[in-house]
Amino acid sequence: MALNYDQALEKYEPTLGLEVHVELNTNSKMFCGCATEFGASPNTQTCPVCLGLPGSLPVVNAKAIESSIRIGLALNCSITPFSRFARKNYFYPDMPKNFQTSQYDEPICVNGYLDVTIDTDEGPKVYRVDIERVHMEEDTGKSLHVGGATGRIHGAEHSLLDYNRAGIPLVEIVTRIIPGTDKYAPEVARAYVAELRDILRSLGVSDVKMEQGSLRCDANLSISPRNSGTLGTRSETKNVNSLRSVERAVRGEIIRQANRLESGERIIQETRHFQEESGETRSGRSKETAEDYRYFPEPDLLPIVADPAWVEELRVALPVKPSIRRKKLQEAWGVPDKEMAAMINAELLDTVEETVALGAEPTKARSWWLGEVSRLANEKSVEPTSLIQPSEIAEIIALIAAGELTDKLARQVVEGVINGEGNPSMVIEKRGLKVVSDDSSLMVAIEAAIASQPETAEKVRSGNIPAAGALIGAVMKATGGQADAAKVRELLLKHLGQA
Amino acid sequence: MAAISREEVAHLARLSRIEMTDAELDHLASEMGLILDSVSKVQAVADQDIPPTSHAIAMQNVMRPDVVVPSLTNEETLSGAPAREEDRFKVPQILGEE
Ligand SMILES: [Zn+2]
Repeated sequence: MALNYDQALEKYEPTLGLEVHVELNTNSKMFCGCATEFGASPNTQTCPVCLGLPGSLPVVNAKAIESSIRIGLALNCSITPFSRFARKNYFYPDMPKNFQTSQYDEPICVNGYLDVTIDTDEGPKVYRVDIERVHMEEDTGKSLHVGGATGRIHGAEHSLLDYNRAGIPLVEIVTRIIPGTDKYAPEVARAYVAELRDILRSLGVSDVKMEQGSLRCDANLSISPRNSGTLGTRSETKNVNSLRSVERAVRGEIIRQANRLESGERIIQETRHFQEESGETRSGRSKETAEDYRYFPEPDLLPIVADPAWVEELRVALPVKPSIRRKKLQEAWGVPDKEMAAMINAELLDTVEETVALGAEPTKARSWWLGEVSRLANEKSVEPTSLIQPSEIAEIIALIAAGELTDKLARQVVEGVINGEGNPSMVIEKRGLKVVSDDSSLMVAIEAAIASQPETAEKVRSGNIPAAGALIGAVMKATGGQADAAKVRELLLKHLGQA
Repeated sequence: MAAISREEVAHLARLSRIEMTDAELDHLASEMGLILDSVSKVQAVADQDIPPTSHAIAMQNVMRPDVVVPSLTNEETLSGAPAREEDRFKVPQILGEE
């Protein structure tokens, strides 16, 4: 009988740690001047340095150093006074040099933290995630496995290598074990990656696109029997490429490990790959141990000694922390916690902010993005922001406020814009979606409604105002929903001597 | 003599993907022990006042501005490749994988 998540948590405690790799958005690579642009044709952004040709010498990118220090500062780290690169030796064709230039015992930033808030049964709770280190390294090339099952290493006859990505600056951010997460480990993992991503975005150091791999998360997880005071063997789950997947991967690993232990098997220290479709992890290559990497100081690159005055300059110039910015927005908008959390979870805070900046009322902007637009985006399995622009939503909200659109018509305008019928005014024009507001045509419809329901009209005349609903409904129906209901009500009641 | 076992040499050879005969392993185990012995003599000479050194000249902070310079062409990049396919380096099946 397999344990489910709650049953697994009754018997075992999880221990969680996270490693995040972020690709910096520099123009050139970490150690050479090759371009970093995404999507170039294979092996056209390569040179003797990033191909590891004999005699070539790397020189570090100043901007990458600056970005790494800014990341460390934003994560409350100390910037080490002396930092060195090291060679991580491994034999694998994704690195033509047969080693990856990384940092080992002298990383550029150490000992930071990041606070994240999650909803628990007892209300919002803050978890402090301690950052062990932030270090610099370089990305690897991309392999294409040919033969066997498509794209899989298993059964492949040979592999094809594109080194355009090899040497793009990477920063790795490693947490310590995050204590006390217990059953909230999946939520804490997600909240940490989300908060980290927001910080990196606010720093402008990376595109932070998980789907495209510019932000990647590895989750280290082990479990141990409750109150045993021991640590279990950990697995490292890779290939987690969305926030939702971070949460699912941690949850899935807790369940898998608990069930293994229940059936008397042991946990193997290994790399596992997250499977997007099933939410489960699958065993990957067994890792060489740290000793096998034979790290040693990189002789071709000189140590980095960050001038304290420069570090202070960078610290002073850091942008407002996302958590503080969110607090300010919430105050300015007067939005309750729950609605704020909904916007953040839906990753629509920036979009709503942009819409509000274009003149829309915050509550309206929120409800359009989280309501109708999200609903349609969900149907199409795309991001809401890919469907319609903040400026278009702001325009539609303004038209409603001016009485030129009803909510119902506005939904049709949104649908039209999404269907590619043009901007809101073009959709209104083409579909003839103007509110029927001239009194004479409304009066024709009102008189028709009264004529068809004389008894209802009589009730209203004698003071039964709620009865007017049926008549208003008939008018709205007759005008195809293009009338302003409030206007119809006003005219109707006046006509029946009740206003 | 600093002990380096035959197994350790075999392990290093495997990590470097170098095939070695039994005779070579025996030979290298004793030879590498000798090298380690010689190097360890440096440790005896280097006292507390001599910091460990990774570079011949004590320089630091040599950086380049984040400026793109032209790369090699695809043809130039692949010109030394033993095999190629679809503008990429073609390598044998990756060993030691699942
Ligand atoms: Zn290059």
